[in-house]
Amino acid sequence: MGMIVRHSLGRHKLSTTVTVISAAMASGLVMAVFSLSLQTTAAFGGGDVGFDAVLGARGSQVQLVLNTVYHLDTSPGNIPWSMDQEIKNDARVKLAVPYAVGDNYQGYRIVGTTTEIFTDFEYREGQGFEIESPGLVFDPARREAVIGSTVAHELDLRLGDSFHPAHGIQDDSLSEDHDEEYRIIGVLRPTNSPSDRVIWIPIEGVFRMGGHKLRGVEGVEYEAHADEEIPDEHKEVSAVMLKLSGGQAGFSLSMEYNARGKDATLAWPIAMVMVSLTNKLGWVSRVLELVAYLVVTVAAGSLLASLYNTMNERRREFAILRALGARKGTVFGVIVLEASTIAFMGSALGYAVYYAILGTAAVIVRERTGVVVDLSLVHPSLYWTPAAMVGVGAVAGLLPAFKAYATDVAGSLAGG
Amino acid sequence: MPLLQITDLEKSYRSPDGELQPVLNIPAFTLDECEQVGIEGTSGSGKTTFLNVIAGILRPDSGRVLFDGTDLTALSEGQRDAFRAKRMGYVFQTFQLLEGYTALENVLLGMLFGPGRDREHAEHLLIELGLADRMRHRPSQLSIGQQQRVALARALANRPQLVLADEPTGNLDAHHAGEALTLVRKLCREYGAALLLVSHDQDVLGQFERVVRFSDLNQVGGAV
Repeated sequence: MGMIVRHSLGRHKLSTTVTVISAAMASGLVMAVFSLSLQTTAAFGGGDVGFDAVLGARGSQVQLVLNTVYHLDTSPGNIPWSMDQEIKNDARVKLAVPYAVGDNYQGYRIVGTTTEIFTDFEYREGQGFEIESPGLVFDPARREAVIGSTVAHELDLRLGDSFHPAHGIQDDSLSEDHDEEYRIIGVLRPTNSPSDRVIWIPIEGVFRMGGHKLRGVEGVEYEAHADEEIPDEHKEVSAVMLKLSGGQAGFSLSMEYNARGKDATLAWPIAMVMVSLTNKLGWVSRVLELVAYLVVTVAAGSLLASLYNTMNERRREFAILRALGARKGTVFGVIVLEASTIAFMGSALGYAVYYAILGTAAVIVRERTGVVVDLSLVHPSLYWTPAAMVGVGAVAGLLPAFKAYATDVAGSLAGG
Repeated sequence: MPLLQITDLEKSYRSPDGELQPVLNIPAFTLDECEQVGIEGTSGSGKTTFLNVIAGILRPDSGRVLFDGTDLTALSEGQRDAFRAKRMGYVFQTFQLLEGYTALENVLLGMLFGPGRDREHAEHLLIELGLADRMRHRPSQLSIGQQQRVALARALANRPQLVLADEPTGNLDAHHAGEALTLVRKLCREYGAALLLVSHDQDVLGQFERVVRFSDLNQVGGAV
């Protein structure tokens, strides 16, 4: 049977090639959709981001987490400095790091913070931010910046380079450069997290940035002056990132802050907040999977059509094989084997399509969110997709196989 | 016991307007082992149908076809296919070689469904037929005479007990027809196969010791 299948595929090179490519697209797309869905759900699932909770302005917990953990979306607003100090001294809190956001440099977000983010924070268990030698952590009193590895790579920035932060979170026509100039003093080693896309500057720098007006506790506008200390009552932050002491700390803090009228929101636990988001957006994954299955159906249809259309011209071939002693079942089996072989070849090529799609998506996802898509991740769909494609191919071959099965040997040999 | 024994064979076809048209009505026919018989008949007289029934490609409506003691009419289609693959060779009127295959592969197909691939035997057959340097050629790259020899090699590939030949020289000129006939008869003798050859060519039939007029054999008159 192998010889007959090999010859048939060779004789119909063009249709075989087109069908193989179609099957490869389908197979590669299914694997890529499942892989991306799996990885982005895990990445945005909020698991192991280093912090347990985020305290921010009253509003959506999802928005708060997206803005501070994933450096996406806009900040829901500011909270007074006093809240930072209050929660920092709470026994239930192990670490409290303030963030002040709102500026960018060429589209990469600037986060004003304290040096604790480099000295005390672990973005993964046992793993803190590391600065590439010979870089340093910024001096809180100077206009210095530490940049993430993606920022350094994409903008070709190095130690000693300078830049002007721009107002806003996007690099667009409304984004005006501040007069202040910052010097890069350190570049972070890659963390494979959204932090790679961030520019870290001293929080004091955000307070003092030209055009920034602080509203503090009473809501009265205050503009900082050079060489003048900013009174605490005027300071405000976008959020406070929290590492909790464990136990009931999160629950009790959540009850306390989320019940405090319009003061603040405590997003806790971060993982649950993100799960609620991924659940709401789960339909996107289902739709993508459906599209992938539709592509598989189209590929199967293409295979069926291409084989079926050759059945008439191959009638004589089957009649000769039957006359030489091939059984009906053998001829049937040849066609099904042919279809399965084409599907198998498509599945094998599908890995190339898979890596092409995943590679492209990885660049885009990393660029937009800082989330790293692992191309080497092995997941079940890499096994069941090719197997399923071969099965689909075999099924697609059934109708043409039945036609071959029913060949009128004597009639076909006579040219009828 | 004869190799082939046919008794009261009848076969009809249904015409496009639904009418049953008898094609074969053969009371008796026998063929001994290694015997070579020429069947003379005009085009459309049912000769090909006769050969197809013997080969098991068609099942008769009634009657018996006994081949080496086995009643072919009692076998299922699959059993007849397997029987034909092991015991019979067929040289078709227009050779019916498969274009996508080389000469050697066409011969291998003649044994594939029966005794199995024997590349050495296939090559030996082609060498014996003067096609040593044409084994890798496809049918379209061969002359008519060479195609005919490949068809003959394919028919003998499974070492059959009976070779059926349906107008094997029909597409050849007189010179090549004579050569082909000599080759068919010689190789059948060499391989111990009986030969049942159908032709309307008197020069071809004149070579046989026993010639049967199909119109004498078949009680159905007229063309199909």
